[in-house]
Amino acid sequence: MATTRSTASRVFSDRAFLWTCLIATNVAVVVLAVLLVSIFWQGWGTLEWSFITNFASRKPAEAGIRAPLMGSIWVCTICGLVALPLGVGTAIFLEEFSRKSRFTRIVQTNIMNLAGVPSIVYGILGLTAFARMFGAFGTNTDEAITFGSEESFWYLRIPFGSSVLAGGLTLMLVILPVVIIATQEALRAVPSSLRSGAMALGATPWQTVWGITLPAAVPGIMTGAILAMSRAIGESAPLLVLGGLLFVLNTPENLMSDFAILPLQIYNWAGRPQDDFHLIAASAIIVQLAVLFLFNGIAVLIRQKLQKPLQY
Amino acid sequence: MQSDASTTPPSSPAHKPGHSFATAQGNSDQGKSDLGGPMPSKMGEKISATEVAITVRGFSSWYGSFHALKNLDLDIDARHVTALIGPSGCGKSTFLRWMNRMNDTIPGARAEGSIQLDGMDLLAKSVDVVDLRRHVGMVFQKPNPFPKSIFDNVAFGPRLHKTYSRAELDELVEQSLRQASIWNEVKDRLHSSALGLSGGQQQRLCIARAIAVGPEVLLMDEPCSALDPKSTLAIEELIESLADRFTIVIVTHNMHQAARVSDKTAFFFEGKLIESGATESIFTTPKNKQTEDYVTGRFG
Repeated sequence: MATTRSTASRVFSDRAFLWTCLIATNVAVVVLAVLLVSIFWQGWGTLEWSFITNFASRKPAEAGIRAPLMGSIWVCTICGLVALPLGVGTAIFLEEFSRKSRFTRIVQTNIMNLAGVPSIVYGILGLTAFARMFGAFGTNTDEAITFGSEESFWYLRIPFGSSVLAGGLTLMLVILPVVIIATQEALRAVPSSLRSGAMALGATPWQTVWGITLPAAVPGIMTGAILAMSRAIGESAPLLVLGGLLFVLNTPENLMSDFAILPLQIYNWAGRPQDDFHLIAASAIIVQLAVLFLFNGIAVLIRQKLQKPLQY
Repeated sequence: MQSDASTTPPSSPAHKPGHSFATAQGNSDQGKSDLGGPMPSKMGEKISATEVAITVRGFSSWYGSFHALKNLDLDIDARHVTALIGPSGCGKSTFLRWMNRMNDTIPGARAEGSIQLDGMDLLAKSVDVVDLRRHVGMVFQKPNPFPKSIFDNVAFGPRLHKTYSRAELDELVEQSLRQASIWNEVKDRLHSSALGLSGGQQQRLCIARAIAVGPEVLLMDEPCSALDPKSTLAIEELIESLADRFTIVIVTHNMHQAARVSDKTAFFFEGKLIESGATESIFTTPKNKQTEDYVTGRFG
């Protein structure tokens, strides 16, 4: 017979485990709290309405983030609008329609690998594929093809050059694997009995996906989308490669406009020697956090709304 | 999707439909009329007015190389309850799932022989499975209501096939819920989630959902195995009331249930149909030793 462990030692190991977990949790929380407090301490004073409405300036007191703020919003909106349908579509194909084959295995492996690629590599890819289009349509300066007028927001120029569209599509490449994998996980979590139930009523595979599987997977998909969008908003390296500008004196007007983005602006100000620029960098970080919460808030709202029928 | 489901492998000889009527199962037709005459029971009356809804001839099926069902011949009576009994793994659920081609989704599943419904071979490659499943509904072992409102659960099937006006849909949903004897329990909360119902209510909702599409045949795969005795009783009563309008095939592990609800019983063992006939004769005077052992509880 094995000797039974004493109650005291069991209670001790139980407590020890609990404390280890608590400390691990609190490390993250404390670091975040310290960061937030120090940012607000530095940045709150210089955060005024004019800071948001002003363009860049060499004088810290007059400098604002109008261009990078609007640039970030444009780029992330394009990124989200393209990445969500593409990613969800890919995941639906892989999970619901394709039979396991050599082809789907290769696709699956590639998606997994892409999720781990450093973002600067995506920047180079975006530069080649979207900004320059492999040089197939001439250089950016002697524009080969244009569609629409410059007044309309969907004005197109091929190649895209370092425009908000090229930026958004490049960020889309960065977050696409995350969206695909999150959606696949969400679809896998839908019980197969629901699919059988729908099919037994005479639903086509498409009707089953659209009517049953996808709605049941929406909470998981939106969670993945939130994580992906948070990454997109904070991403700066790929757009740096693409030629994201720092001294932009207008907000984007159409898909071909030049753009600045918040993370690059923050990096630039934080790197300057003058202390005043460090303060407005902190202010810009506060704005960036606010934008992040706004995007996530929208996603959470969508999730809540679509989750309602699932609750008792 | 169903490309390999109904193709006949060239290696095995194709079975000619309508070829082997004089089997043990074919005899049950005669046994039935013998029983039908003198017996004053409800069962006797029903059998005298029987027409066959589903004719199964020389049916075999495989999962990969596993021979799941071997050369079945069976007649399923229209607007009667047929119970399929047998120990686990004997192939009764497999057989059920071939009748609405749910096995099409399983890689490596194939079948040969014929299952005829209204003179149409269900296994033919040309059969539109989506259309077939409108005519042959299914209720599953575990209640599987959709995570939607009660109303939307019932309306889901009809909406797939036709556009209804709101009034028509209201009418159809109410009718289906009434037929599934659950209307009184849910009429005040049609638009709340179906997941808030009890297990037995959920299963009756699933039956209402299946009825709403307007099938002729209802397949039930152990519909009470996840339910308590009271809910089971409610479902059994429901099955009896539905037998006036639908051809019902029920797979069950519960022999008392088979005896209570079915008019005819078929006993499966190791992929073979051992014996089929009127439920009463299967349970009281089985012709086969294995059937007798099983229904008396000596194995299985």
